[in-house]
Amino acid sequence: MSVRGEVAFESACPMPDLNPPRVLMAHGGGGRMAQRLLDEIFLPAFDNPLLAARLDGAVGELGGARIAFTTDSYVVRPIFFPGGDIGSLAVNGTVNDLAMCGARPAWMSAGFLIEEGFPIADLRRVADSMRRAADAAGVRLVTGDTKVVDAGKGDGLYLATSGVGEVVARAPLGPAEAREGDAILLSGDVGRHGMAIMSAREGFAFETDLQSDCAPLAAPALDLLASGVAVRCLRDLTRGGLATVLVEISEGARREFAIEETAVPVIAPVRAACEMLGLDPWYVANEGRFVAFVPEAEAARALEILRRHEVSRDACRIGAVGAAAAKGRVVARGAIGVRRILDRLSGEQLPRIC
Amino acid sequence: MRFMDEYRDAAAAKALAEALAKTATRPWTIMEVCGGQTHAIVRFGLDKLLPRGLTLVHGPGCPVCVTPIELVDKAVEIAGRPGVIFCSFGDMLRVPGSRGDLQRARADGGDVRAVYSPLDAVHLARAHPEREVVFFAVGFETTAPANAMAVRQARDLGLKNFSILVSHVLVPPAIEAILSSATNRVQGFLAAGHVCAVMGWEEYEPLARKHRVPIVVTGFEPTDFLQGVLLCVRQLEEGRAEVENAYARAVRREDNRPARAMVCEIFEVSPRTWRGIGEIARSGLALREEYAAFDAEKRFGAVRMTASDSAECLSGLVLQGVKRPADCPAFGTRCTPEHPLGATMVSGEGACAAYYRYRERETEGA
Repeated sequence: MSVRGEVAFESACPMPDLNPPRVLMAHGGGGRMAQRLLDEIFLPAFDNPLLAARLDGAVGELGGARIAFTTDSYVVRPIFFPGGDIGSLAVNGTVNDLAMCGARPAWMSAGFLIEEGFPIADLRRVADSMRRAADAAGVRLVTGDTKVVDAGKGDGLYLATSGVGEVVARAPLGPAEAREGDAILLSGDVGRHGMAIMSAREGFAFETDLQSDCAPLAAPALDLLASGVAVRCLRDLTRGGLATVLVEISEGARREFAIEETAVPVIAPVRAACEMLGLDPWYVANEGRFVAFVPEAEAARALEILRRHEVSRDACRIGAVGAAAAKGRVVARGAIGVRRILDRLSGEQLPRIC
Repeated sequence: MRFMDEYRDAAAAKALAEALAKTATRPWTIMEVCGGQTHAIVRFGLDKLLPRGLTLVHGPGCPVCVTPIELVDKAVEIAGRPGVIFCSFGDMLRVPGSRGDLQRARADGGDVRAVYSPLDAVHLARAHPEREVVFFAVGFETTAPANAMAVRQARDLGLKNFSILVSHVLVPPAIEAILSSATNRVQGFLAAGHVCAVMGWEEYEPLARKHRVPIVVTGFEPTDFLQGVLLCVRQLEEGRAEVENAYARAVRREDNRPARAMVCEIFEVSPRTWRGIGEIARSGLALREEYAAFDAEKRFGAVRMTASDSAECLSGLVLQGVKRPADCPAFGTRCTPEHPLGATMVSGEGACAAYYRYRERETEGA
């Protein structure tokens, strides 16, 4: 069939923004645009072997001790949300990054960027929440900093935290350690944090009693490592959700992962909210869930260990590591038995129109 | 979860796929005119369950994809004005105009907000009387009632700072345009279930008769969709051309009276330009004269349609079902979801974006 000439109508399509000259919100969504900032700006600028490992934190030797070091910043609206607040989020996020590196969280720092006019009572509430979260995770907040920005130039409160911990994992952890036949375990249901935040935002069309899953993961992760199970890789699920994390790990592992869609728990309120908004719960943020890669033969024991902890009592096996694939690949077998490839999102997950 | 899981049942889907395989004796080409259905096809891999020779073509059913570039440009221009809060459904934010998209307008300092309902924009207008709040009223018959309701509420509240930029299109005239095209190869249609939930299906009956084409009202869950395809193929095999309903739990022959009345009170049928297709007579909605005060074009200047052209992007042909995404030389190379050349690559409901993943599945799985 010829393309032109026979056709009654012709299309008119614009050239896109090939290189947006400014940072867009989509650069912060944890998808491909975020990846691009990393690949094109930050990794070349700071190139070194610890950074190149691309783990949740840097893992290396310092003065004879093996330590893990991680940093993160937190912007969340609203600052207080069902199941947590920016303070508990920051502490747990830092604790979880260290735990995923196989480290026992020890110290952390906190930088407070406060907008002029922010209520002192709220600041006290956030600090209290941070202390409680730190106590629960066994980490101490040992240094910090405060800056105040002009009214209108911040969103109330931003936090930046770093954490240091002693590595207790005996073997290296990371995507590259995943082997064919390994089981992929998930510590609980997905999508709660993102949907809890959305439902708490003003103007949201419906109400739920959904709570964020924000929680420290160090206890189950360290327990698993101490048990002698040959853990290959641990990774907490954050803003890009389960799907993004699986894609990232598969790329690092250069292997195909097979995931059983029906094995991934999503609680009914999260499913319902996602269906209504046209969002995929596998791409919705979590703050208290992780995946663990372990040898198939040890999967049952690993699950039993995880299930002893409240935060991971619904841990389950969701799939397996398959053969080598140059660029990595995650294949999900769906409810009706058809397979589909999981991909990174481009930018933010945007609700569909209808 | 009720009303969902039973329509995603593997055994039921398999039984429908087997019935389809038995029914189809010849190759057929069927078009769905609904972005939600295109999305479901890709999300659940429904195309993989169809018999060989049965071709699904994704028509102009994605509201994001058919919104003309001139309207996107107008939206970007309005969003850039000081004092304006520009509200839109989320997936319009990434649609490129000729000078960037709404995300870019936001990065450049515009107050652009993604809302879930047009009524949220009305609330914003009420809360910020000193600002001009503009809502991008995009969509088919499905979004029209809520958008009409927003205008009614704004009027009842006496709001002077609320307006809508209208880009409303209607499904039946698009089907008519496709069937009347010399290059048409579509033999059967799946009518979008939720459009019919508002409008009923009476309007489709003359189309089915005139063009001798089966039209089946179809839902969105896997078994709904397969049931619609099955009824359509059965008609084609038997030489029938009727309107049938495969989505009885949501759609009746008659329209939803209150919803339609609301639409008719606020809007009137008007000519519309469809991106990739061109102007189609009586194919859209415009605000009635009585509600002209809420027309963003009256407030910020009218959209001027220009006959721009691109040699590269085939999205117009894709929207008409003449071409498939993979036929485009830019597909997957110069045109990807990060850097879309055309609207069909932008929206998650767009055929090109949907096929982008499908392509990876084919090549890497080979």
